[in-house]
Amino acid sequence: MINSHDILETINMIDNENLDVRTITMGISLLDCIDPDIDAACRKVYDKICRYASNLVKTGEDISKDYGIPIIHKRISVTPVSMIAAACPDKSPVRLARALDRAARAVGVNFIGGYSALVHKGFGPGDYALIESIPEALSTTEFVCSSVNIGTTKAGINMDAVGKMGRVVRETAQATADRDCIGAAKLVVFCNAPEDNPFMAGAFHGPGEPDCVINVGVSGPGVVRAALAKAGDCDITAVADLIKKTAFKITRMGQLVAQEAARRLCVPFGIVDLSLAPTPAVGDSVAHILEEMGLESCGAHGTTAALAILNDAVKKGGIMASSHVGGLSGAFIPVTEDAGMIDAARCGSLSITKLEAMTSVCSVGLDMIAVPGDTPAEVISAIIADEAAIGMVNSKTTAVRLIPAIGKKAGDELNFGGLLGGGPVMEVSRYSPLKFIRRGGRIPAPIQSLKN
Amino acid sequence: MRAVITVIGKDMVGILARVSTICAESGVNVIEVTQSVMQDLFVMIMMVDISKSSIPFSELSDRLNGLGDELGLTIHTMHEDIFNAMHRI
Repeated sequence: MINSHDILETINMIDNENLDVRTITMGISLLDCIDPDIDAACRKVYDKICRYASNLVKTGEDISKDYGIPIIHKRISVTPVSMIAAACPDKSPVRLARALDRAARAVGVNFIGGYSALVHKGFGPGDYALIESIPEALSTTEFVCSSVNIGTTKAGINMDAVGKMGRVVRETAQATADRDCIGAAKLVVFCNAPEDNPFMAGAFHGPGEPDCVINVGVSGPGVVRAALAKAGDCDITAVADLIKKTAFKITRMGQLVAQEAARRLCVPFGIVDLSLAPTPAVGDSVAHILEEMGLESCGAHGTTAALAILNDAVKKGGIMASSHVGGLSGAFIPVTEDAGMIDAARCGSLSITKLEAMTSVCSVGLDMIAVPGDTPAEVISAIIADEAAIGMVNSKTTAVRLIPAIGKKAGDELNFGGLLGGGPVMEVSRYSPLKFIRRGGRIPAPIQSLKN
Repeated sequence: MRAVITVIGKDMVGILARVSTICAESGVNVIEVTQSVMQDLFVMIMMVDISKSSIPFSELSDRLNGLGDELGLTIHTMHEDIFNAMHRI
């Protein structure tokens, strides 16, 4: 007989502590859709996605019903579209974005990621065209998400791409200024981007992945916080241990869902991403975990250490629970998507400089942060460069998803609704990095990468 | 193949009878029952065998949800796999 205590604990986690599977993401390779005629490529892309993903949403809903586990989103990630666009570089790849959008609508998924380019060493013709088209693509589609990888530990950082992306982020925000600049919320700039991340907006189906794959993203910051609250005044060793055990249970649920989804869809199981991904809902906040660990407000001194404990314990507990762990797998700190972060930003305890320090010990980067609408492109580029340097030197993934709040200044509010949340515009440094960014070129790979 | 039916809510006469009736009508055999009442809060956990059920699992779940709505109780119907997966190494 299963222990009654375990059963009630599971049910309490789901009902009261916001335990859920955040996403089942089907990764689909579009390499066989490459065609020098862009309209033919669009047809092949649309047909393949509709064929492979036709049962994705229904299967997710069935599994959710059978196991009693909420599965919040069903998503698709595809091969970086720049690789498809490379065969037809004279035409705008926006047509491919529209094909992705139509396909996403047809199969009923919440997002489709992969309008992406990998430019850490330099640009190919498809890359250049795609990056230039991002503002138009994201302002004229509903479901498409985009990402650009501008650096890796082994390759260094492409500062030409960094310079370009500062402008692209601004233009994307401007193109959607009438919708609270939501375009910029669907665009991520990466260093060391993972090929199998199931979360948006940075999901894409990397070139090393198989033809089709199922990846699952779990979540459960509320569960971790509740467990800590029950534990009371224990020492840090006990805190880390408790988080590990809780992460194990959460990840096991994701593993179960992933294997079942793969079995029912007849698609290989890829990975479970065991990230703690907050939502704006009450009781679903990573910042509140850090505050439960003993900080008056997220962003106080001690936050970086607390986050380091959390991130590491989540990974250790989760890895035991799953046969294949991948994606980002750690703690997310997206400001507008986390009720505790929003409060901390509003009251002034959380700043961009503190967030930058926190990114060195957690799994994402400067995520979902609204900055003043008049922030120059070169400042955005410099923020990207800083984040990329942290990721490159520390052999980890870092990313930037900034929202220039066009027409607004520090202290004003943005609101996207849904999982993307909303929050205050945060101040950035007013000193100019223009000469540094204008230099362009490449930052050489750091010495720790030359191990061969 | 087994499932776990959990009923949580205010204690009242006939909860066990109503849930058992739905199980019996659907060919679902009750293997084990644990229940406790603590200060008016009623918690019942039933382990059932659904391998010979005459209806699909989702329909059983729907019927029990309907009963829950009718009586003002929270009824969860879940495959045992989730509990095995989460609480065993």
